[in-house]
Amino acid sequence: MSAIADPAHALTPSGNLVRRQFVSRLVLAGAVGAAALAVAVLGILVFYTGLKGAGQLSLTFFTGQLPSYNGVGGGLGPALVGTIELSLFATVIALPIGVMTALFVSEFARPRVAAVLETALDLMAGMPSIIIGVFVVLLIVDNFQQSVIAAAVALSMVEVPLIARATLVSLSRVPKPLREAADALGVARWRITLGVVLPTSANSILTATVLAVARAAGETAPILFTCSVFTQAYAVNPLHSVPSMPVEILTLAESEYPAAISKAWGAAFLLMFTILIVNICARLWLNRSRRKRGL
Amino acid sequence: MSLTETTPPEGPRPRVHLSTFDTTAVRDDRIDVAPVARETVFDATNVAVDYGFVRAIEAVTMSIYRNEATALIGPSGCGKSTFLRCLNRMNDSIPSFKFSGRLLYHGHDMYDRRANRVEVRRRIGMVFQKPNPFPKSIYDNVAWAPRNLGLRDNLADRVERALREAVLWDEVKDRLRTSALGLSGGQQQRLCIARAIAVEPDVILLDEPASALDPISTASIEDLIHRLKQHYTIVIVTHNMQQAARVADRTAFFSLDEHQVGTLIEYDMTEKLFSAPADSRTLDYVSGRFG
Repeated sequence: MSAIADPAHALTPSGNLVRRQFVSRLVLAGAVGAAALAVAVLGILVFYTGLKGAGQLSLTFFTGQLPSYNGVGGGLGPALVGTIELSLFATVIALPIGVMTALFVSEFARPRVAAVLETALDLMAGMPSIIIGVFVVLLIVDNFQQSVIAAAVALSMVEVPLIARATLVSLSRVPKPLREAADALGVARWRITLGVVLPTSANSILTATVLAVARAAGETAPILFTCSVFTQAYAVNPLHSVPSMPVEILTLAESEYPAAISKAWGAAFLLMFTILIVNICARLWLNRSRRKRGL
Repeated sequence: MSLTETTPPEGPRPRVHLSTFDTTAVRDDRIDVAPVARETVFDATNVAVDYGFVRAIEAVTMSIYRNEATALIGPSGCGKSTFLRCLNRMNDSIPSFKFSGRLLYHGHDMYDRRANRVEVRRRIGMVFQKPNPFPKSIYDNVAWAPRNLGLRDNLADRVERALREAVLWDEVKDRLRTSALGLSGGQQQRLCIARAIAVEPDVILLDEPASALDPISTASIEDLIHRLKQHYTIVIVTHNMQQAARVADRTAFFSLDEHQVGTLIEYDMTEKLFSAPADSRTLDYVSGRFG
């Protein structure tokens, strides 16, 4: 190696530094541009949906029965109630399965088994939701009928990997000294898991569940074949179909009547806005609780 | 070591912790190296530990006696903590850990196939280097283990007793329901000791319990150790030789052997080890010429 540079030279870029600086700026510009684009897409989506849909909001819009075929009159009350019911049922199924899967993977499974299960969860999370819908049709609808139960099973399949994944992350954040402390007290493994590990990550699991609920509320494909035959009226019987926001948005948006299309925008705005708010609140709350516990 | 060992009685041992020994015998013991009948708690013979292909300690043979404080000292990496963690099978959770040799606890082989490590840890508690209270209330920190072990009768009394024994009661009695994470480092460490003694273990292992604490908290922990050994057997790992000299009845000096593997160099009454060590390596270490 020769001397790197002539010490007497002025401190301006020399050699290939000019070229390297140029490349560096180019790459940086590309990265910033890509990040800006991602945020811009979200911004445009929210703004445009708000522009088209916010004007629709009124009391009748929240409480009225579903509009007739031409989109005139009525509101989205039954769809709101139905979506809440669907998300609730789906989460009741998905929460215990998701959390217990995560507990098994993180606390009890041998490393190789854990790796297999983690991959399976990732694959399931990436599964196109229409396939889950078709699967549930074969499993339940063909043997029974369209119902809240069928749709909830389908939605829970969307939720399980989300909840399990997030729970795994939060379990891995439980400090090792805490587990050691519990271990050293001569308490059985499952009691340590229930008494120390799970409570320590309870906040994260709760947040993950809220996010999964929000996701389930917006999923369309799984309920399209499993819970889409309904009237304009309120319906809550879990053994039959109930109206839901995503399906109602689809119905309205496919219509050729302007009033129906406007209602579709309103419904889309309401669904999106609710999910956004829930997401943001859940994340803020999670960050706050993590800071408080110093995790 | 030519100490007479009493054979442990067969069957389950009564869970009585008050020493059946004349405590003055402890003092005599420190001056006179003549054999004194003391119950052996741990009896290690040729203990070696491997982590994968790396040997951490080898050829450790020593006995640890009841109601004494035994200190393990030595330079970093000499395996004193590894040995300590063998004593309640804390190393078992490390996948590559392999134990060889023989380690008897009151005559029972600790690494026997039938020995249950949860049962082992129920009798042999441990306090760690960094205070690690649970993110629960002060009361629940102490009450958690007894509750889970079925010791639910008079739980509040048990918690109070443990906190008193750990000399923490007066500081926390008015805020038992507040989070343990709000305590100072020294208080947290005493809480961890209270948590360990709440299940009435037989032995308490302390892994550098004062190294993360200020001198005043350290002094209170040391006082506590003196008090605790009336009821419990204490094994303490420490970097601090003065601390070993202050709290321990016996001291074991660990260092690296000719294969660069940690091993026991010398084990004797603390005063003897510090004033007239038999091994030149011990002398170098305790006089500050090495380590």
